[in-house]
Amino acid sequence: MKWLLVAIIVAATTIGELLQAVAMKRHGEIHDFRPGAIRRLLAILARNKFIVAAVAAMAVSFFAFMALLSVSDLSFAVPATAATYVIETILAKFLLKEHVGMCRWAGASLVAGGVALLAL
Amino acid sequence: MHLEATRLRFKTRTFTALVVLSNVCGNFSLSWGLRQDGRLLSLSPWPYIQALFNPWVALGASLLIVWLLSHMAMLSWADLSYVLPVTSIAYVMTALAGRLFLREEISRWRWTGIGMIVLGVCLVARTAPHSSIDPPGEIR
Repeated sequence: MKWLLVAIIVAATTIGELLQAVAMKRHGEIHDFRPGAIRRLLAILARNKFIVAAVAAMAVSFFAFMALLSVSDLSFAVPATAATYVIETILAKFLLKEHVGMCRWAGASLVAGGVALLAL
Repeated sequence: MHLEATRLRFKTRTFTALVVLSNVCGNFSLSWGLRQDGRLLSLSPWPYIQALFNPWVALGASLLIVWLLSHMAMLSWADLSYVLPVTSIAYVMTALAGRLFLREEISRWRWTGIGMIVLGVCLVARTAPHSSIDPPGEIR
């Protein structure tokens, strides 16, 4: 049961973050952080299909995470999601066409390994 | 160009701090609240909605909304392959918070894991936050 929840969390998080990245890259850099501008931005984002799908995926991931927390420790729940780092970096390179250099590969792998070790 | 790079770095650091703090405090508060309420395993949404009436769970969920929004904002100018590893310093802080406040043990393996994450974060933080528009290898 624990691992089924972990699988759901990893899949939903990956899909959610990838969709967020696509939508925000298309939107372009946010410059204005005044309350009025943030309200307008939220209104625009709420109508964006990618963002709606991303929020739905993050909600699935959130409730699966809540269920996981109620049956296991925080120190198992959080590290168990380490796989997302490597999967998302690979997808960022091939789907989002980001330039992933040596430093980023090494960094993402170290983070994934480190997060997995936290579970021990 | 130099000023622009400094501005972007400052903005990126500020948002990294916001993303990390809201994530750590949110997860901690959620975990604290759910410990009081007991097991939560159901396909029906009601137990989850009921859990949201616990003030700690509600606070945790609100902080995670702040996390989602600041994370989204950061993705508007920084690469996913930058944001992900850099914000993972949150794991280190979660582990340390678990030790300080929940009295969870940190074994030698866990300290090794913490060290690896810190090293990975330092490596990625040295790269430019966004690459897709710049020619590869450009250092900002």
